[in-house]
Amino acid sequence: MMPELGRYAFSVLGSWGSSIGLVLMITLISIYRAKASKAALEALEKNRKGK
Amino acid sequence: MRLSGRVLPYVSVIAVVLLAVGLIWGFFFTPDDFRQGASVKIIYVHVPLAFLAINIYFMMFVTSLIWLIRRHHVSALAAKAAAPIGAVFTLAALISGALWGSTTWGTYWQWDPTLTSFLIMFIFYIGYSALWGAVDEPDKAADLTSILCLIGSVFAVLSRYAVNFWSQGIHQGASLSLDKEENVSDVFWLPLVTVMAGVFFLFLTLLLIRTRTEIRNRRITALQAREIS
Repeated sequence: MMPELGRYAFSVLGSWGSSIGLVLMITLISIYRAKASKAALEALEKNRKGK
Repeated sequence: MRLSGRVLPYVSVIAVVLLAVGLIWGFFFTPDDFRQGASVKIIYVHVPLAFLAINIYFMMFVTSLIWLIRRHHVSALAAKAAAPIGAVFTLAALISGALWGSTTWGTYWQWDPTLTSFLIMFIFYIGYSALWGAVDEPDKAADLTSILCLIGSVFAVLSRYAVNFWSQGIHQGASLSLDKEENVSDVFWLPLVTVMAGVFFLFLTLLLIRTRTEIRNRRITALQAREIS
C-alpha cells in the first residue's frame, strides 16, 4: 500500500508532515479560540441579564 | 453571523471530503514522475498551499481597500482573521518548497525572484498580524494594517507572476495554467485540483470561524467597556 519513496522519502514525508502539521495547528487553534470567545460572550451576556 | 453559522458546517464537510480524497489519491494512487521520481508527490501539498497563500493576500488586499474606502468593520476583521491562515500556508509552502528544492535543485534555498518575493510576503503576513496586536485602538489598527497590506501586495503579485515572466530564476514555471498544453499531466492534475479545491474550502472554513471569533471579541470588548462606564 505504501508507495516506494526511495531516496526521496525524507523530502516527501517531511513536506507532507510539516504541511499537514501546520494546517492542523492553525485549525485547532482557531476552533479553540472560537469556543473560548463564545463561552466568554455567553457568560458576559448572562451576567448582564442577571443584573 | 446567522448566515455564516448556517454555511459553516457545509463548507467544512466539503473541505474534509475534498482534502481526504485528493490527498489519498495523490499520495497512494499516482505514479512517479519520469524525471523527479517520487518527489513529485510534494506537488500535492506545495502547490495548493502556495496558490492559496498568494490568493489569501489578494483577498486581504480587497478587504483592506473596502475598509479604507467604506469603513466596513467586518471587512477589516476578515482581513485580520485571514492573516494568520495566510502566514501558516506560506510557511508550509516555504518548508515543502525547500524540501522539494533539495531533491530537484540540490539546494534548500536560493535568492531566486519567486522564492525571495514569497519570503517577503511571509514577513508581511507576520508584520501585519503583529501590527494588529501592537495598536490598541481598533480603527487606527485597521487603518495602519490596511496600508501595510496594500504595500505588501506588490510582493504577492511578484510571487504570483514571477514564475511566468522572471525566467532567470531556478523556480520552474506555473504547474497549472488555463492553457492545457502548459499544465502538468492529467494523472497529476486531477488529484492536484481536488486538493486545491479542498484547501480553498478549508480556508473558507477557517476564515468563517476566525471572523466570527473576531466579531465576538469586538462585542466582548464593547460590553466590558459599557460596564466600566
